[in-house]
Formats: sequence, C-alpha cells, structure tokens
Amino acid sequence: MSDLLNTLQFYLGHSFVQRAIIVGLLIALCSSLLGVTLVLKRFSFIGDGLSHVAFGAMSAATVASTLLKAASHDDSDLPMWLAKFLDETNDMVIILPITLAAAIMLLKTGQNTKIKGDAAVAMISVGSLAVGYMLVNMFSTSANITGDVCGTLFGSQSILTLTNTEVIICIAMTVIVIGVFVLFYNKLFAVTFDESFAKATGVKADGYNLLIAVITALIIVLAMNLVGSLLISALIVFPALSAMRVFKSFLSVIICSAIISVVCAGVGMILSILFSTPVGSTIVTADIVVFFVFMLISLILKRE
Amino acid sequence: MIEQLICKNVTLGYEGIAVAEGLDFKVCEGDYLCILGENGSGKSTLIKALLGLKDVMSGEISFVNGASSREIGYLPQQTPVQRDFPASVREIVQSGCLAKCGLRPFYNKAEKERCAKMLDRLGITELADRCYRELSGGQQQRVLLARALCATEKMLLLDEPVTGLDPKAQLELYELIARLNKKGITVIMVSHDIHMSVRYATHILHIGSHKQLFFGTKEEYVNSRIGQSFILSEGGEEHE
Ligand SMILES: Nc1ncnc2c1ncn2[C@@H]1O[C@H](COP(=O)(O)OP(=O)(O)OP(=O)(O)O)[C@@H](O)[C@H]1O
Ligand SMILES: [Mg+2]
Repeated sequence: MSDLLNTLQFYLGHSFVQRAIIVGLLIALCSSLLGVTLVLKRFSFIGDGLSHVAFGAMSAATVASTLLKAASHDDSDLPMWLAKFLDETNDMVIILPITLAAAIMLLKTGQNTKIKGDAAVAMISVGSLAVGYMLVNMFSTSANITGDVCGTLFGSQSILTLTNTEVIICIAMTVIVIGVFVLFYNKLFAVTFDESFAKATGVKADGYNLLIAVITALIIVLAMNLVGSLLISALIVFPALSAMRVFKSFLSVIICSAIISVVCAGVGMILSILFSTPVGSTIVTADIVVFFVFMLISLILKRE
Repeated sequence: MIEQLICKNVTLGYEGIAVAEGLDFKVCEGDYLCILGENGSGKSTLIKALLGLKDVMSGEISFVNGASSREIGYLPQQTPVQRDFPASVREIVQSGCLAKCGLRPFYNKAEKERCAKMLDRLGITELADRCYRELSGGQQQRVLLARALCATEKMLLLDEPVTGLDPKAQLELYELIARLNKKGITVIMVSHDIHMSVRYATHILHIGSHKQLFFGTKEEYVNSRIGQSFILSEGGEEHE
C-alpha cells in the first residue's frame, strides 16, 4: 500500500503528470456538461459520428505534416515552418475546422427527414475511419503504424506529453464552454425540453442547436488526447445517464453529472498511473462502474 | 369585438403538396375556437402555421390589434422525448417566461413571481419541486398549461390537450380552460371530442380532407347539416 502511495507521489511530482491531470479533469468537466443536453436531445449520435471524423482528420493532419516535411529542402523554408506549426499545435489547426464542418453537416442531415439521419451518420463516421486508416498506412513514416492508430483510437500517451501551450488552449476552451453554458443555461434548457415551444416564443432554436454542435466538436477534439477517439462518446454519455437515473431536476442532473465525470476522470487517471493501465479505458471503466451503482441506487429508491 | 387573428384563404402543405386548402376564419378577443377534423386533416399543421413555425403555401395569416405570434401560449401534442425528461415542474413553468428575458441569462424577480402566480392559478403549487416525469398525465398537462400562461395572457393554442387523460381529468382540464377563457384569454383548441367542443366553444372550425367544411359560431354549427351529421355519427360511436 505504501508502495503504491510512493509511486503515486513520485509521479505526481512531475510537471507533465500534473499537466495531464489538469487537462484531463477539465475535459471531463466540459464533456459531462454537454452530455446531458446531447443525451436528452437525442443528439448523442452526433458525438459518436464526430469522434470518428476527428480520427480521419487526425490522419489527414499526420499525412499533411509528413508531406510537408518531405517537400522542404532546408530547415527554414515555408513547408518546414508549416510542418513545425502543425506539430506545435498538436495538429489542432487541421482537426478542429474539419470536425466543426462535420458537426454542422451532421446536425443538418440529422434534422432532415428525407435522408435517414442515423444512416448518414453511420456513412460519415465509418467512411472517415476507413479513409483515415488508409491514409496513415500509405503515408506514415512511423515504424509502428498499428501502435499509432491504436493510440489515436483508444487514447495515447500524448496526454503525457502536453506542452504548456496545449494546456493553455485547453483551459481557454474550458472557460468558453462553461461560460456559454452558464450564460445560455435557461435557453439551452428550453430548447432541449421542447424545441417547438421555445421556437414559438421566439427563442432562436436553430442557433442554439448550432451552438451545441460547435461545442460538441470543440470538446471532442480536446478529448481525443485524453481517451482516444473511440471512447469519447462514453465520456459524454455515461455521466449524464448515471445522473439521470437518480436526480430529478435539470440543474441537479447537470451538477451531478459534472461531479461524476470529474471524479471518475481523476480516479481513472490515478489508477492508470498506479497500475499502468491505458488512461482512456480506465476512466471509461470507472464511469461504467458508477453507472451501475447509480442504477442500483435508483432501484432501491423506487422500492421505498 | 376586437379582432386578434385573421386567416385569409390559407393553403397549408408539405413539400409542395397541399394538406388543407381555403382556410378562412378570424378570431376575436375572448373567443373560444375549437378546431375539429379527422386524423391527418391538417389541424396540427394549422397550429404550427399560426405559431409561425411553418410557412403557409398561399394566403395570409395576420395578427392585428396588438396580438402577435410571439405572444401565444402553446400546449403541444405531446412528444415522446418529454416523457422521461429529468426536470422539475418549476424549471419547466419558468421556461415559459424565456421570451421576456431577451439576452439576460437568468430570470428576474418579476418572472419568478409570475411563475409562482401561474402555479397557484392552476392549483399545482405543491408540485413545484416534483419531477415532471413522475407526474400523472393530467398533472403534466397542467404544468404545460402553466408554462403556456407564463408566455402570454392573451391567447392560448392547445393541440389535443386531453389526449390520454381519464374522463374525470379530461373534464377538469376542460373546466380549467373554460375558466381561463372566461377571464378573457382567447382559446384556440384542437379537439376530437365534438360534445365537449360544442359545450365549451364559442366558435367551431371544421376541416375535412383538403378543405374547410365549416366556420362559424357554435350555434350555427349545431344547426348546420355538417354539424348535425357529425354530432350524430360521433354520438352513435360512443353508444357502441
Ligand atoms: N413533417 C411532415 N412532412 C410531411 N408531411 C407531413 C408532416 N407532418 C404532417 N404531415 C402530413 O400532413 C397531414 C396533416 O398532418 P397533421 O399532423 O396536421 O394532422 P392532424 O390533423 O393534426 O392529425 P391528428 O388528429 O392525428 O393529430 C398528414 O397527412 C401528414 O401525413
Ligand atoms: Mg395533430
């Protein structure tokens, strides 16, 4: 036991671990806030689809960076500068716009009654998985392609190699997400609960739907570093579903799901340090355990 | 009689195909208009058009004398999404005040008081902190009605408000709506229950397949051929 504590203390002393934990907790907080709205609006499919798109975008970014490096002749020309810029920002400059565009597209097709929304999502998400994997295989110079891909899908060590810039980007995005959430809380509630009533009283529901899609895209791009693109949906959906089992008002559900998500992320990260398990799946496992605990609680409450 | 809403030769439809044509009627302050018609005749579509959620294909819907499509309290035909929604009664009723907030992020004192007043008026004050999904169907409808009243005290638009309620709760809801109407709120209600419509309404709009069959006062309707045959056929069904 004291052994474990010593290990923990040793790791927590490192600034890269501290950075990882800060970023992890912030991402968990953002994704759970949004999760409640997404689940209740039956929008979780957007989150799921987007995470696959983000994987495709990441592959495209890797390819772009490889090509740019190949095209450069010396260390200071434009292609090299661009490639370095991509590395600096962890490819965000490519991933973010693509994911944002996909978010808006998914939202529009999801509302379209003619094309079946869920089929369109399946098409886009599986399509970008396939193309992304192909691109990486064709162009990557890395010796361990399977390892790289597995890392992007299920969460990689990249959470441990965060630069200060990335931490600042992440904090800024968290502030934006929370700010939007607090300022528009009542409108988001109305649009989520009953879109046509909200529209009828003059709330610009379409605008808020767009806002939700854009924030989802932001969070997914952020969360890719933490749990990998395949597991993001779990981070978004599980805390919300757990909280909804037990709590009865919108506000309490949101607060509870934020707490669940942050605690699970913290516990998951510490456990993964102690037992060297993969970060992403450990966090999601913690979320699943909590879900079942809450289900039990709700059953017991119903009995009484 | 102060006119509030005028519909002139309105055609409604989806994707270029007309559902209901030649809708011609007007509503004055304090009226109680019942919209009758079989399933799929376009009643909900008309309600959406009145709310400005859907464009008309031709014709004109206009609000006059200070009424506006933004100042209508709306009670929707229930959607399945709402049934398991974790929200307290207070949260839902307050959301009716949202239009008054504008860009202000939170409700102010006046809006909270208005919400409390409406809860009281519908006799659901003690339900305020209960969870919406755990209420009975009749209680849920009262909550949605309180929300609609928070949005306006001029005009209520109700799309089959009594669906799924037991006869006693239906009667209570009808009485409640009639009381609100007596206080001066204009009521436009979609209904399948011809007897209740005839009992409470002041005006009747009857939509058939594709066209308007009747618009006029209740008395005219009861004495008209279409009214008589509809009342008889519905009455016959109930005795079976
Ligand atoms: N979103 C839509 N797209 C295309 N057609 C629609 C749409 N909504 C309704 N319709 C069609 O318009 C017609 C009128 O529908 P509406 O919902 O207005 O009927 P209603 O009179 O309210 O029926 P009910 O008594 O069952 O509520 C129906 O034939 C329906 O098939
Ligand atoms: Mg209808």
